[in-house]
Amino acid sequence: MFVIIVGAGRVGATIAKRMLAEGHQVSVIDEDPLSLEKLEIGLSESWEDAGGRFTLGTALEVEALLAGGIESADVLCCTTNGDNTNLVVAQIAQKRFNVAKVIVRVLDPGRAEWYGRQGLHTICPTQHAIEMIEEAVLAL
Amino acid sequence: MIIAGAGKVGWSLTRELIDKGHEVTLLEGRRSRYLQVEQELEHRIQYGDATELWVLERAGIARADLTIAVTGDDEDNILICQMARDKYLCERIVARVNNPRNLQHFKLLGIEPAVSATDLILRLIEHEVPDYGLVHLLDLAGDRLEIIEMTVAENAPAAGSQVGDVQMPEGSLIISILREGGGFVPKPSTQINAGDDVLVVLDPGLMDAITLQFDPNAKRNG
Repeated sequence: MFVIIVGAGRVGATIAKRMLAEGHQVSVIDEDPLSLEKLEIGLSESWEDAGGRFTLGTALEVEALLAGGIESADVLCCTTNGDNTNLVVAQIAQKRFNVAKVIVRVLDPGRAEWYGRQGLHTICPTQHAIEMIEEAVLAL
Repeated sequence: MIIAGAGKVGWSLTRELIDKGHEVTLLEGRRSRYLQVEQELEHRIQYGDATELWVLERAGIARADLTIAVTGDDEDNILICQMARDKYLCERIVARVNNPRNLQHFKLLGIEPAVSATDLILRLIEHEVPDYGLVHLLDLAGDRLEIIEMTVAENAPAAGSQVGDVQMPEGSLIISILREGGGFVPKPSTQINAGDDVLVVLDPGLMDAITLQFDPNAKRNG
């Protein structure tokens, strides 16, 4: 499977590393060069020597998406720290590049729910936290 | 009407539209900017991130006829307009494009009209710089028509001719003449003078043939 990760913060970087370790092709796009260094923590070689791809750029730049290989991606995960960026990039991937599976992280439960109903695969960590905390409280 | 973003554009726009008698609510997500603008606009500005549903709902988006997104962030402008149109069934949207390279994303998602200041300023420069003979006023994309303005040159075939005698290509029409600070709709017998500004409506692609009639020395500007 060829996976593109847009936004390599804690979530994106960890998914990227796991997918690579499991033998998938992984391409990361991030605007911060430091995120490449973070990808390499715990690796005995560089990210690229380990088989990963890295493109420096913001995801609204079509050039960055193309350089990251979006035209042949099976899956694209939008995990930048901006809900709005994630939602726009996800729609570009889906509507313009016909990526088969697009997963988008949205912190705001309201927008996650509505865009989910519009056909995006949204994942809302806030909603999960709410449910887990509520469950933990009630279990006391 | 709802206007998202109280930057220079949003603030001035709100002022103008209120003057014209419209009911306008302006939204601003930066607290300090909100407080500054609130001194003038009072209850007509609300504090909050306009990409959040509850902020839009509090502003009354459910009954807005028009939503204008003019924040400094293109992603935000796209989403605000998308939610206004698709979630709240707002009839008309207008979005500002900050980075002209993002215009393709607005178009992809059907966020139109999308207005780019860079583009407008470029048009203005073309208007002011005499090197460019004609000014593109409006693309009526849906109707496949354009309206252009140009100044009639001294040596132009049209200078001194009556409107009815100008060799206008099929698919074009002189709709207005601007002369000495005034404008009027010409008759076939109206004489065109060098120095007049003429407005022409045309099918795309006829620009060169028309320029030839009014300003044969002009540099093309596409």
